[in-house]
Amino acid sequence: MDFVEVATHVLTSSDGPSGLLPARQQMALSLGWHIVLACFGVAFPTMIYVVHRRGIVRDDAVALALAKRWAKVSAVLFAIGAVSGTVLSFEMGLLWPGLMGRFGDVLGLPFAFEGLSFFVEAIFLGIYLYGWGRMPARRHLAMLIPMGVAGVVGTFCVVAVNAWMNNPTGFRLVEGEVTDVNPWRAMFNDGVWLQFAHMWVAAFMVVGFVVAGVYAAGMLRGRVDAHHRLGFTVPFAFATVAALVQPFIGHVLGLRIATTQPSKLAAFELATTTEQPAPLRLGGILVDGQVRGAIDIPRIGSLIARNSFDEPVPGLDSIPPGDRPPVNITHLAFQSMVGIGTLLAAAVAVYWIARWRRRDLTGHRWFLRGAVVAGPLAVLAMESGWIATEVGRQPWTVWQVLRTTDAASESAGLWWSYAGAVVVYVGMTIGAVVVLRSMARRWRAGEEDLPSPYGPGDSPVDQARSR
Amino acid sequence: MSLAVVVALAMFAGIVLYGLFGGADFGSGFFDLTAGGSERGGELRILIDHSIGPVWEANHVWLIYILVIWWTGFPVSFAAATTTLMLPLALALVGIVLRGASFAFRKYSATLAQARLFGAVFAGSSLITPFFLGAAAGAVASGRVPAEGNGDPLDSWLHPTSLFGGLIAVGTCAFLAGVFLTADAARSGHGVLAETLRTRTLGVGAATGVIVFVALVPIKQDSPTLSDRLLGPAAPLIVASAVAGSATLVLLLRRRYGPARLGAAAAVASVLIGWGVAQYPWMLVDEVKIADAAGAPATLWGLLVVVGLAGVIVVPALAYLFWLTQSERWTQEA
Repeated sequence: MDFVEVATHVLTSSDGPSGLLPARQQMALSLGWHIVLACFGVAFPTMIYVVHRRGIVRDDAVALALAKRWAKVSAVLFAIGAVSGTVLSFEMGLLWPGLMGRFGDVLGLPFAFEGLSFFVEAIFLGIYLYGWGRMPARRHLAMLIPMGVAGVVGTFCVVAVNAWMNNPTGFRLVEGEVTDVNPWRAMFNDGVWLQFAHMWVAAFMVVGFVVAGVYAAGMLRGRVDAHHRLGFTVPFAFATVAALVQPFIGHVLGLRIATTQPSKLAAFELATTTEQPAPLRLGGILVDGQVRGAIDIPRIGSLIARNSFDEPVPGLDSIPPGDRPPVNITHLAFQSMVGIGTLLAAAVAVYWIARWRRRDLTGHRWFLRGAVVAGPLAVLAMESGWIATEVGRQPWTVWQVLRTTDAASESAGLWWSYAGAVVVYVGMTIGAVVVLRSMARRWRAGEEDLPSPYGPGDSPVDQARSR
Repeated sequence: MSLAVVVALAMFAGIVLYGLFGGADFGSGFFDLTAGGSERGGELRILIDHSIGPVWEANHVWLIYILVIWWTGFPVSFAAATTTLMLPLALALVGIVLRGASFAFRKYSATLAQARLFGAVFAGSSLITPFFLGAAAGAVASGRVPAEGNGDPLDSWLHPTSLFGGLIAVGTCAFLAGVFLTADAARSGHGVLAETLRTRTLGVGAATGVIVFVALVPIKQDSPTLSDRLLGPAAPLIVASAVAGSATLVLLLRRRYGPARLGAAAAVASVLIGWGVAQYPWMLVDEVKIADAAGAPATLWGLLVVVGLAGVIVVPALAYLFWLTQSERWTQEA
């Protein structure tokens, strides 16, 4: 079965309400798009703080100019992040009325707290962006602190809802009715802390590698100066810590799955039968119940999933067919995440070891190329992680409580909604790329403030035109 | 007063604040759209940029606040509304996305052509969103959202109450924006611009006032439950809105822009609160009462904790932001 067949199979095999498939597609698109911006909302203020503070404390003009530029970039990114986050709020109801109508009062409280942190972030973003030159420097810098804190709290809250979908608690089902609701117990469910840590660190990986990659690209083109060095080093340092910590968090988080979601683990590991000890199955896909093209490494599967060389990994044969997730997507997404994460951790380790031995790898073109690619790779790893955990939870929206077929909208119009979403997101992506690239181009040309182009006759654009 | 009603009040407070602050942001799109060519309209567009730039994201969060309280506190009615009003809500959402994104893109556009494109999208989408949110509110208020959800996708909002609701929303947004922008223009020394804005705002204000009162006639036919209370317990608020609106127009004529802002806010708030009073005690008019729509009590208490924290954390921070934007130092160098 080639990829097209697999895709067709996945696309046609869903039996459920007519809204199920478009709802899934639209949710995947909008969540997958927003999560990248959300990472910037979470991690970028902290990085800007470090650079901005250096500019003030050391009277470092290069650092200050860098912070100013990052602030302008964040103005664009946070705006599209805010609106794409709003899309998700609407979609909770538009796409998943079966989830929100029945469980809204169980899972909703963390969203309400997230609303508070979104408020704080938006307010202090407004002050920070427009505060340049209009406030005392130290106070202006301090405006980033509530933004950073709001990023942490916001991550916790949003991830808490997802963790609840994986570990539903804080209510009882009595003959199908939701009773004994305890929203605090739901919010602080058993999976929340590790999942939160995993995503929070992922945000620093994504932003760190992406931003560092931008300056690595500049250095590749010969722009090796203090500006590019600082622009590379600060985010790379954040990415380093995150990339080195992440495998441990991911491992501990993964250890829970054997007991909490065995079917997800079976899909992660491409385990058709329960094996003890289980091998690590690299790559491969499941075709007609047979594993094809995988490389087995004995015992390592047990080590990764169970932290032991001989504990069993549950197989798909122990799961009723109706409760099995789509295996291939889950498996490949999971291994992409782990593979890329491991690669990135190794790469940063090499960089810092070399630096400790007084060799600066940023002078090597192959390293800079790698640093450029690390940004998209980090994004890919994070997206793969979300695909793995979300697809791996299927057929459940709320683990063993609510099936996705029962959560989805019954509306027949959702394909139109999805088509509209595709158009809007493509347009927004193009707009963002065009604007961000034009900002970078003007900065390289020596402009610093980027005044509005629609001024009454005297804007730089008009001057350039009349010349 | 029951716990459910307290939470509903907290949610409704968010609606009023979103109507005032978010409304003024959206309304500025009307003036951006009618500002004229890039040469003539540049000054006004820079003023709009400067006026709503620092605050629009914070003002936008009131919508999130409303949504999360709704689905957490009154989940079944939320699902009923989203499955019935999919079309107006999706269109409002498109407006929200396009407005926010193109506003940010326009500010950093490299060329005039780009700025024109993003500007047109920003201004147009700023009108779409209030219209469809107003239409959705009209559907709820006129009893067209069935308690079990999945109501008629078109008939639920293609009727006089919703359509007037949409028009009133657009008009009140533009009126608020006009008054605020006029005051901002006068304060930052753009005298000629302030005069132009003043004239337009007077027109918008008069037109909106007419729409609000004309709307009472079809609403009486279309939504008996709502109109009975609009002309009953809510009548003082409708009168208050008329008085505040007229006073605002007089203040604008006399170029008393500072007090005019308060008058405009009072007029719009009265309309919104009038709707709230008229809709009480229904969550979805004629279908579900607030008390019956409420979720688990423990969750309602949790929401009150959130509302309390909003009072302690968000309100002072917002006040600081607005204080800064009104301060001398921030008004300069527009």
